[in-house]
Amino acid sequence: MAIEDDVLVIGGGLAGVTAALSAAEHGDRVRLISYKQSTLRHASGLIDVLGYAPDRGEGESREGDGRSEGPLSDPFDAIPDLPTGHPYERVGLERVREALLFFDAIVGDAYEGGHTPSNALVPTVSGTVKPTARYPASVAPGLASDARSTLLVGFETMPEFDAPLSAAHLRAADVPFPVRGATISFPGELRDDAKRTRYAHILDWDESVDTGTGAGSAPGRAVLAETIRPHLEREARLGLPAVLGEENTGVVRRDLEERLGVDVFEIPMGPPSLPGMRLEDLLYGALEEHGVRVTTGVPVVGCEASDGGRRVDHVLVDRKGQEVPYRADEYVLATGGLVGKGVRSSRDGVTEPIFDCHVPHPEDRYDWFVDDAFGDQPFARFGVAVDRELRPLDAREKPEFENLRAAGGVLGGYDYAAEKSGSGVSLATGYVAGRRAGKEVRR
Amino acid sequence: MSDSEPDRPTDDHVPDDEFEPVQVFPDAEEMDLRPGADNCYKCSTCDTNCPVAEVDDEFPGPKFQGPEQWRLKRGDDTDIDPSITKCSNCMRCDHACPSEVPLSQMHNTARGEYVEEHLNKRSLEYVRNRILSNYGTMARIGSKVPRLTNFVMGLSVTKWVNDRVLGITSEREFPKFATETFREWWDERGGAAASRERAREARATSGSESESESESENERKSEDKRVAYFHGDYANYNTPEVAKAMVRVFETFGYEVCVPDQRCSGTPMFANGMLDDARRAARFNVDTFRELVDDGYDVICSCTSCSMALRQEYPELFDFEGTETVAANTYDALEYLRIHEDLEAELAGSDVDAPDFAYHTPCHARNQGLDGQTLEVVDAIGGVEAHDVGDSCSGISGTYGWKTEHYETSMAIGEEMFQHMDSADADTGLTECPTCAMQMEHGTGYEIRHPLEVLEAALSTDVSPDQ
Repeated sequence: MAIEDDVLVIGGGLAGVTAALSAAEHGDRVRLISYKQSTLRHASGLIDVLGYAPDRGEGESREGDGRSEGPLSDPFDAIPDLPTGHPYERVGLERVREALLFFDAIVGDAYEGGHTPSNALVPTVSGTVKPTARYPASVAPGLASDARSTLLVGFETMPEFDAPLSAAHLRAADVPFPVRGATISFPGELRDDAKRTRYAHILDWDESVDTGTGAGSAPGRAVLAETIRPHLEREARLGLPAVLGEENTGVVRRDLEERLGVDVFEIPMGPPSLPGMRLEDLLYGALEEHGVRVTTGVPVVGCEASDGGRRVDHVLVDRKGQEVPYRADEYVLATGGLVGKGVRSSRDGVTEPIFDCHVPHPEDRYDWFVDDAFGDQPFARFGVAVDRELRPLDAREKPEFENLRAAGGVLGGYDYAAEKSGSGVSLATGYVAGRRAGKEVRR
Repeated sequence: MSDSEPDRPTDDHVPDDEFEPVQVFPDAEEMDLRPGADNCYKCSTCDTNCPVAEVDDEFPGPKFQGPEQWRLKRGDDTDIDPSITKCSNCMRCDHACPSEVPLSQMHNTARGEYVEEHLNKRSLEYVRNRILSNYGTMARIGSKVPRLTNFVMGLSVTKWVNDRVLGITSEREFPKFATETFREWWDERGGAAASRERAREARATSGSESESESESENERKSEDKRVAYFHGDYANYNTPEVAKAMVRVFETFGYEVCVPDQRCSGTPMFANGMLDDARRAARFNVDTFRELVDDGYDVICSCTSCSMALRQEYPELFDFEGTETVAANTYDALEYLRIHEDLEAELAGSDVDAPDFAYHTPCHARNQGLDGQTLEVVDAIGGVEAHDVGDSCSGISGTYGWKTEHYETSMAIGEEMFQHMDSADADTGLTECPTCAMQMEHGTGYEIRHPLEVLEAALSTDVSPDQ
């Protein structure tokens, strides 16, 4: 016996969760299996759709072809021009739009940006601005298109966000607002390498902390506000690293805003990312609501085919040494790319380890990269090639299996880092792959 | 590389088709955790998952305890940091790491080294930890006179001495010894021979329904349907009802159960850095179960920390002959039935008269991919609901929460689970892990059951309680 479901989604990131939710609208029994905790907590929490046109990515614009292309203002305008094989080209413009609506419906008020097809520009931790289609509500007051003066405040014990440096970078990038940075000591006696979540939880629960003024202790949010107050001059808004609570971010922000009389926003940070964790909570909550069964902690390591190799019969899950069969009618592969280990490389070649799907790549590994580190790297586009139903294709461009679809980072043909398209591709392909899988089951 | 050129890696080499990088590190002769340490790219996800670091600002967290400490102690002048003893061995960091760093293996080896080299063997801390990690020895003696032991352990003077002298918290009630151990019951019932007979009857009964089961067919199945039960100390001495449920459930499905001699799985020993004790226990268990696996038995555990030890920690820490074989043939009881039987069909139409449950997934179950399993099985049983109380750690982590100095940390970690249990629509707890069960009971006052007991109730209509 195997553990049986209608649809089995492999991978717990944005693509996998979207596929599972989308499949659950059609199929009865959907299971999501994730090797490790969701990688959403590594993500900024921003939902990029397309920030830069592929052939004019950040890397190339510096090469000096005279066309210093800035970020795209409307990603949907640029999608029809994408090359054949790009995941957006595969699913089509309309599905990308639908997928964003699908996302908007799941996250509700927690995200903004849906009012316009245009990209928003979000200040990043290093003082650049990033074009993105959807952003957490906590990020909204900080948009770079807003001309209000801004104070950025960082914490001594969190050197990864250097507020004065970040402000200087923003000024150098000619943002249309005055911006300064200041560094303070976060209230309480935290260790130098305290975890991001410690900051967040002190603010979430308004834990009592030492005021640092010899006046004993007081609630954390009040002490933080008082520590910041002397640094505020006439700024209209205040940017803080994205640690403003894990569960009560709205309350934390409102509390600080009322105390200081300015708008407060978050600057998205690298991992472990609180906005990523909040998105993870939201999406996994939705999975539970939709009755999706979730299994984590164990990797899918292989598969057995049936029907003369045309269909996936079951996959094998390595539960600490035993290979346990899981069977479903339809499968979605959403295991990520080279970083997420959904695509593996060795000196001998580039492979997709679970279904051994074909990954197109040059035979000579010296053709996998170019010398300019920020150049147009071929390896960044490595991944499975798919048909318009998102079924991975073999070397002869025939579907590897009738009942296997792929979504997200495991797909080839796009460079998410240069294009700023990672989340959008995961949403659009996850949405389409899950929907097809769910509908096939019903048939 | 051409023949005339020595294998010498250089930085200024112009890459061409003939260049192949060389292996610069020699093959390791002893356990080498360098690849694990090198895999860490410092994303700190483990730190944000550590329940101890969450409530204790002094604790540096798994990233330090694992890869960073491993590198530091390559130098001659750096000892293992004593904070390693604050790690509760919940192993959540393993589950969190996106880069396959063997964190708990690093912690177990570091803790072992710390205890071996830096803990005074005459200190009360060492004595206390040795006692706690060898619970089975204590239980074997205590359970000979269970009523007397229960009486003595419950005395306030005993608790006072334990707390003040040994550092075993007086806040907790010592678990009661059963008046009859599981193994006494098992022997009394007729041991493996009786189990074989019961399993055969169950197979004949289910076979007669399809009217195609011959005697020889039944015999053939006997070869396939054999399991060796690793009950661990706790189910033997303290909760024999769980062990009995396991036996009856498996017999219902036609499995012949055997219950070989065994020692503690080693879980409390790893957690206390008593690696020599753990090695002795593990060697005994591997020797015993290896032979049974060779004879066609699969190994079944009812405690998820026991299955974790046999499947993951034994192969990570030891290399006795058969360690991998035993690991590859060990299963959690429910998991095994889900793989080998059509459990949902069997449970369809079942109707159990039981209270609803507040279910907690033990961390060690989560790490084996068993999260959600119990909820899915209970979901298939009529008349009973199980409500998930979230993914937090119970905080007791075996012997950890028994130590006076860790009691408050343990309860602070458990707070989230207690709150969720409180707000769940149930007044009875459910979990696979005996020490999580202790913590759940301690924090809420609920009675706690094991999923096998619920499954037994769902499957049995005519089993008399003494059999």
